[in-house]
Amino acid sequence: MSTADTASGAAPAAPVRRPGLLRTAWRFHRTKIGVVLAGAVLLVAAAGPFLSPFSPTEGAGMPNSASAAGTLFGTDEVGRDVFSRFLHGGYTLVTIAVASALAGVAAGAVFGIVAGYLRNWADELIMRTNDMLLAFPQLVLALLLLSILGPKVWLIVAIIALSHANRVARVTREATLKVVEQDFVKSAEAIGVPRWRIMAAEILPNITSPLLVELGLRITYSVGTIATLSFLGMGLQPPQADWGLMINEGRTAITIQPWAVVLPVTAVAVLTIGANLITDGLSRASIGIDRGVEK
Amino acid sequence: MTGSEENADTGAAAGRGGTALRVDDLAVVGHPSEVEIISGVSLTLERGHILGLVGESGSGKTTLGLSLLAHCKRATEVSHGTIEVSGNALTGLGEKEVRRLRGRAVAYIPQSPASALNPALRLRTQLTEALHEWDEQERGPRADRVREVLREVALPDDDAFLARYPHQLSGGQQQRVAIAMAFAGYPDVIVMDEPTTGLDVTTQAHVLQTIRSMTRDYGTAGVYISHDMAVVADLADDIAVMYKGEVVERGAAARVLAEPEHPYTRRLLRAVPLLRTEGHPEPEELPEAPVLELSGVQAGYGRTIVLRDIDLEVRRGECVALLGESGSGKTTLSRSVAGLHTQFSGGMVFDGEVLARSSYRRTPEQRRRVQYIFQNPYEALNPRKRVRELILAPYTHLAGKPKDPDAVVARALERAALPASYAARYPEQLSGGERQRVSIARAISTSPDLLICDEITSALDVSVQAEIVELLRNLQDGGMALLFVTHNIALVSNIAQKVAVLNKGEIVEHGHVGEVMARPRHGYTRALIADTPDFELSLPPSDADLQAPEAAGQ
Repeated sequence: MSTADTASGAAPAAPVRRPGLLRTAWRFHRTKIGVVLAGAVLLVAAAGPFLSPFSPTEGAGMPNSASAAGTLFGTDEVGRDVFSRFLHGGYTLVTIAVASALAGVAAGAVFGIVAGYLRNWADELIMRTNDMLLAFPQLVLALLLLSILGPKVWLIVAIIALSHANRVARVTREATLKVVEQDFVKSAEAIGVPRWRIMAAEILPNITSPLLVELGLRITYSVGTIATLSFLGMGLQPPQADWGLMINEGRTAITIQPWAVVLPVTAVAVLTIGANLITDGLSRASIGIDRGVEK
Repeated sequence: MTGSEENADTGAAAGRGGTALRVDDLAVVGHPSEVEIISGVSLTLERGHILGLVGESGSGKTTLGLSLLAHCKRATEVSHGTIEVSGNALTGLGEKEVRRLRGRAVAYIPQSPASALNPALRLRTQLTEALHEWDEQERGPRADRVREVLREVALPDDDAFLARYPHQLSGGQQQRVAIAMAFAGYPDVIVMDEPTTGLDVTTQAHVLQTIRSMTRDYGTAGVYISHDMAVVADLADDIAVMYKGEVVERGAAARVLAEPEHPYTRRLLRAVPLLRTEGHPEPEELPEAPVLELSGVQAGYGRTIVLRDIDLEVRRGECVALLGESGSGKTTLSRSVAGLHTQFSGGMVFDGEVLARSSYRRTPEQRRRVQYIFQNPYEALNPRKRVRELILAPYTHLAGKPKDPDAVVARALERAALPASYAARYPEQLSGGERQRVSIARAISTSPDLLICDEITSALDVSVQAEIVELLRNLQDGGMALLFVTHNIALVSNIAQKVAVLNKGEIVEHGHVGEVMARPRHGYTRALIADTPDFELSLPPSDADLQAPEAAGQ
């Protein structure tokens, strides 16, 4: 019969797989633009320290001069080269942003999957604790802890990661609930696969799309929060070069030396817009907008 | 053409005669791949006639049905051909003109009434919306028309009913509201996309009756899309068979059913399970103890009890069918046996040992010997894993790491009648039938003694269903015991030796299949059998066309 035919005969060529999330996202123009924008800023942050004409802390001329000799964008309020400080200032910001976003998404994913899958007292405990933390304004909490413990880099990462974890946990839990209802999870339960392995091997691979989207979003938010903390004086401390700090230091002299503010503001804005465009492309790809008819 | 041949025998409709629908050389393409989803489709349909549009999923039935409404799904468009409704061309019209014609010239009854009705609107609002082009001066108030059409579909027409929300109706009532909405504006053509798929047989019989009388009385031409040959044979005047986007055969229903010309039509017809079989040879009662023995099982969710006093035995090499409509508790029972539903009491003995309620409390050996196959093959396989992993991971968990993993996978696939090369595929590269075979391969890789099949063919086309049933029969011959849960009474005759009929959580009838089918004792069983469309096959039993190689690949 027909069944035997397929079994014994040559198998038909496998139909083409639908391209993965990243490849689908790459088809959108917005994703490409986003990658170019964010990539440019990341390049400045990564390669900047090696290219800067001056040390970020050495004096290069008269303070607050927009056209000091030998400098591209003039000097800041204590006479340091604005361009060199700009090139040095992105590295820490980007590292802290990526580290805290990664840590936050990872922690949030663990909490969200556990809560969404187990659905028992663990769910209640995790989600209610989460609600409590969410009710506390993010920035106020950060300022409180930083003023008690002092502005340390690891503390900044931890605080921002924590505030991400709350929000990521909520999203992950919802995504998990959808997957948990599917029969392949029940199938694993029926043969007694340990719960932790069901979470790691059955559920996690099926919620990577929302997690990737979250990661993009969280990096963007981290950049904003870190810049804000630095501006408020609770982030990185002078004389370190940092974009948030530069905005704070340069704002008083903005009319005579605008570059000290314009450069870091532009960089932060471009990075944020770029990351958002990438995230937008990813989320469009994951929900299948504009997929069309393939095959 | 097809319709005019038998214009004479349709009573009321014949008087209003004339062609309602004419489709000529229609093609729809999808972007960006420019694949032709349907091509070269030509149809004609008289007023008062119903055209059954049959074919398996993916054959383009729905695409054709929607194009008759001048609607194309996202990223598709009509690339060629014309559609005429009562002499007016639908193709090439602007969005605004098309919208005016919808509901008045062409109307649509969707597959799932639950998702077609807006849950936030009362019935009155929704039904009145369907009359958006109604001329009150000429034809009287809309409200009167709404009540009239509700009476015609045998629903109450009082204010209390009109003030209800869709969720306050049963599935059958919802579908009749959808029918009322479609017929309200006296359309020339009505497109019905598998409108009875989600309904149980009793409700299905009512809905089909309503559709039949409404099309006759209104002189509306109906296009009834379905993959269920038995329903179409019951309802349609003409039949068009679609295969891979083309109409491969069309003609008067009686002719197509009696003398199908195209090989695919023949295969489709032969795949329909017969309601009444002679029954299988009654197996002698073997003295050995049953593999599974349930006694006085009672199960529920919280305080609601859905199963009462269930006594059931399954022996080696035997298939016991558990027949019941939705809500009868059949899935709860099968999940209890599988260890997925733990809120039950009563005796559950597997091969002489009491089964713990949760699968996690059972011994590894028990978990290996009881396997479960799920209803929906589209959800039962983890989309992120290859077939090889899908089969190997449970195998490794239950039977330990195999010495030769490739041999394990190949053997399991072979027993499920799939080529070994499928091991490298992901679920999305498989058709529905192939996915269900992978589920079966996964379940039987560890050589279980009891296989629980929960409605495993209900999401599949009839032709694929027949293949899966064949596969299960072979497994059973190998000594496996089967608990086959289904709502499809025709399937029971074709696979099971014994049947237990489940109604509202209780077994109302239990016995050998041949006996129950021929002489049902309980009223509920009798009603079930009477409501199932009976389909007598008049084809010779064997034919070379059955060898068509595409059969398993669809």
